[in-house]
Amino acid sequence: MSDANLTDGPITTADGTSLKKSLRLALRRQKIRALLLIAPLFLFILLTFIAPIFDMLVRSVENQSVPETIPRTIDALEAWEAGAGAPPDEQVFEAFYTDFALAVGYKTHTKLGARLNYESSGLSSLFRSTGRKVGKFDTDAYADAFVEADPAFEDPAAWATWMAGAATRQALPLTADTYDAWATMLMDTKGKLAAETEIPDFVTTALYRDLANGSRPADMPDVNVSGWEPVSLAGQFAGANKGWADPQVWAIIKTYGSSYTPGYFLNAADLQLTPEGISQRPENQRIYVRLFIRTIVLSVVITGTCILLGYPVAYLLANLPLRSANVLMILVLLPFWTSLLVRTSAWKVLLQNQGVINDVLVWIGIVADDNRLELINNATGTIIAMTHILLPFMILPLFSVMKTISPSYVRAAKSMGANDWTAFWRIYFPNSVPGIGAGSILVFILSIGYYITPELVGGTKGVFISNRIAYHISSSLNWGLAAALGTLLLVLVMALYWVYDRIVGIDNVKLGG
Amino acid sequence: MSDTDHFVEFERVQKSYDGEVLVVKDLNLAMPKGEFLTMLGPSGSGKTTCLMMLAGFETATHGDIRIGGRSINHIPPHKRGIGMVFQNYALFPHMTVAENLAFPLEVRKLDKSERETKVQRALDMVQMGDFGSRRPAQLSGGQQQRVALARALVFQPELVLMDEPLGALDKQLREHMQFEITRLAHELGITTVYVTHDQTEALTMSDRVAVFDDGRIQQLDAPDVLYEEPKNSFVAGFIGENNTLVGEVVEIKSDQLCVIRLDDGEVFDAKPVNVHKVGDKTRVSIRPERVEFNKDRMTPDAHTLHAEVLEFIYMGDIFRTRLRVAGNDEFIVKTRNAPDQPRLKPGQQIEIGWMPEDCRALDA
Ligand SMILES: Nc1ncnc2c1ncn2[C@@H]1O[C@H](COP(=O)(O)OP(=O)(O)OP(=O)(O)O)[C@@H](O)[C@H]1O
Ligand SMILES: [Mg+2]
Repeated sequence: MSDANLTDGPITTADGTSLKKSLRLALRRQKIRALLLIAPLFLFILLTFIAPIFDMLVRSVENQSVPETIPRTIDALEAWEAGAGAPPDEQVFEAFYTDFALAVGYKTHTKLGARLNYESSGLSSLFRSTGRKVGKFDTDAYADAFVEADPAFEDPAAWATWMAGAATRQALPLTADTYDAWATMLMDTKGKLAAETEIPDFVTTALYRDLANGSRPADMPDVNVSGWEPVSLAGQFAGANKGWADPQVWAIIKTYGSSYTPGYFLNAADLQLTPEGISQRPENQRIYVRLFIRTIVLSVVITGTCILLGYPVAYLLANLPLRSANVLMILVLLPFWTSLLVRTSAWKVLLQNQGVINDVLVWIGIVADDNRLELINNATGTIIAMTHILLPFMILPLFSVMKTISPSYVRAAKSMGANDWTAFWRIYFPNSVPGIGAGSILVFILSIGYYITPELVGGTKGVFISNRIAYHISSSLNWGLAAALGTLLLVLVMALYWVYDRIVGIDNVKLGG
Repeated sequence: MSDTDHFVEFERVQKSYDGEVLVVKDLNLAMPKGEFLTMLGPSGSGKTTCLMMLAGFETATHGDIRIGGRSINHIPPHKRGIGMVFQNYALFPHMTVAENLAFPLEVRKLDKSERETKVQRALDMVQMGDFGSRRPAQLSGGQQQRVALARALVFQPELVLMDEPLGALDKQLREHMQFEITRLAHELGITTVYVTHDQTEALTMSDRVAVFDDGRIQQLDAPDVLYEEPKNSFVAGFIGENNTLVGEVVEIKSDQLCVIRLDDGEVFDAKPVNVHKVGDKTRVSIRPERVEFNKDRMTPDAHTLHAEVLEFIYMGDIFRTRLRVAGNDEFIVKTRNAPDQPRLKPGQQIEIGWMPEDCRALDA
């Protein structure tokens, strides 16, 4: 081939298309086929793994329920200074009256209470009890006064007509907004038309506020409200539950008023968001940091005991004659063939105060009968049971790595004058380190997220962070906090993985071969 | 009996792995100091087993193994002071070449500077001086081999064992290494036991060769003796190329001469090696290069056999001719390529003969 072909522009194939293009075409078909082959798995992972993790990440910062349920209140609270130590002014209570009445109609006020209860306990009952009373506020005085002034105010159909007029809507913005929200709520929850339903007090209250503010209705009967005795909504709420007079409550509502909040994460780190900024939670509410530390420490201990117990077993497995090795391998794998629950329960039987192990120790005379060992419902129980359950995950990678270490290495070392220990420590052990690395990663990561076993044998002192996550998911229903805890755990594991890669080097991890 | 004549000694050594089959049956062997001895034999004949017993990784089921007059049956491997080169090199993968070599010195608690000089000297000795900081995985097979050799020699053992160390190398490298190993062994005065199943390797390298078969030493002799005077038909067949004729002893004239009759009735002279009386069945062995067909070069009274040329192969330095002799189609004759050497043609009928001492009557 001559050089001319290389220098005279792009290389072409026999039929004249550019070589690059035809190569790309040829490769594209291969790529598509490869993609199609992995597509099912990819979709599966996307749906069952990536998507839930993403959902978790979103949930851990999401806070839509507060601004969606009481948007007017959040707006009004903007001007309020939490640090002043006084409850908000009447305007906030007026907005809150509308929001709250609507929320009661939607029955979302209890949810909101539950959400805010995560931040300060007691708010849930405050919302629930107020929800029963908000319909009986003294604001019916306004309604009576309006009807007295013009009986048309008692007619829902008349209201519907007024509220349809553009001029009126413009003149009475509060009233229009409240009326519309109420009408939507009626339609959504009961399927009723506003034009056929009795006007509730909070709508007439909104009308009163508009008129009191000096607005003049265009098409509505004009009522002079200046002489009326105003009903203090702050007083009404305080009367329903004196919690509403507490500036703390309003501070929390204001703090958690935005759509996204770092609150769950702060909570997961035993911190809290206060109007003054981030601060530590009170001593008796700090549990998560301690749990995280305990989870890590116990996982490290479990990994360590797994190495100590698993290494000799793997060594035997790799060096015994085939027949005995097979029997041993079955013994190692046996735990996999028994239900996790059964195994854990068996540990309960063995470890409990009146259990087999204590009985034997007492019988031998090592421990006194009135001083039996506490082996379960504490960290010891968790370590023992988890080590047993996770041991195969240490042994198998170790075994497969040890299998590849040629016996001639140790022989060579011995022939050069190394005694058994030196030959092991300087030659065999370094070659088995990749197995320890792989086994440790497996065991550590499995144990850091373990749930069932600590739950069953861990008592209160041996539970992990995952047990707390499970509690928030299934019992307290604080999914946001559960998501934040889960996210922190994920970040923690990734950080540890990074550190591990830095120290040990991920190339030093072998699962065999 | 001096220590130098019996530096390494096997006495009536037996070995069985499973308690049913004897892998090594009655091994007796004495090596003087500084000797290069090769164990040669077919696969499974027990060579590695013998080496492992000497190194201490297998225990003899019966018998005594001595080094320098001391029985080593109860000395653990690391106290035997034997250098070893393994078939797969067994270089420690997690250490550099220099660290590999320093290991035996470290174990012997030499200080650092002494270690470094010795390591460098050993590496230079195998021309690997520049490779000290590499890992074994970054070396070619031949380089690994040389490092393994240097590692076995760096702590100056008196005895070095090598188990088929050149098995994995190509022909050229193998020949080069054969030369290096023998050179080093002789230069350093090391006693060497070398295992191989390549007979050329055994013949070219060794002072003496022990031919193993079936767990026994069939013959233990210097290479030339082994080649020219095989004691039985296994050795004759195993070492070098060999023509065999099967027949019967009809007369024993002396311990140098007997007469053999082939199955088809032809008779010729041979040297009785493994035949004892008239009527014994025998397998007669003649090396291809000792067969003569040029009447002028044969002794006048020599018996000759009739042969037909089947094939003539030109191999450059030699001619290789295949004949049919007494019904045997695989009878080979090798002649040197010389100006006066005739080139036989297929179909040609000739008479062949040999000196009686080149024709050995062995066991049947
Ligand atoms: N660990 C063992 N257990 C049982 N039998 C064994 C063991 N090692 C070797 N043998 C048997 O002992 C016999 C001799 O083996 P050995 O390894 O000594 O042969 P070798 O002469 O070195 O052969 P090769 O040239 O193939 O390396 C063989 O039949 C082999 O099957
Ligand atoms: Mg062998």
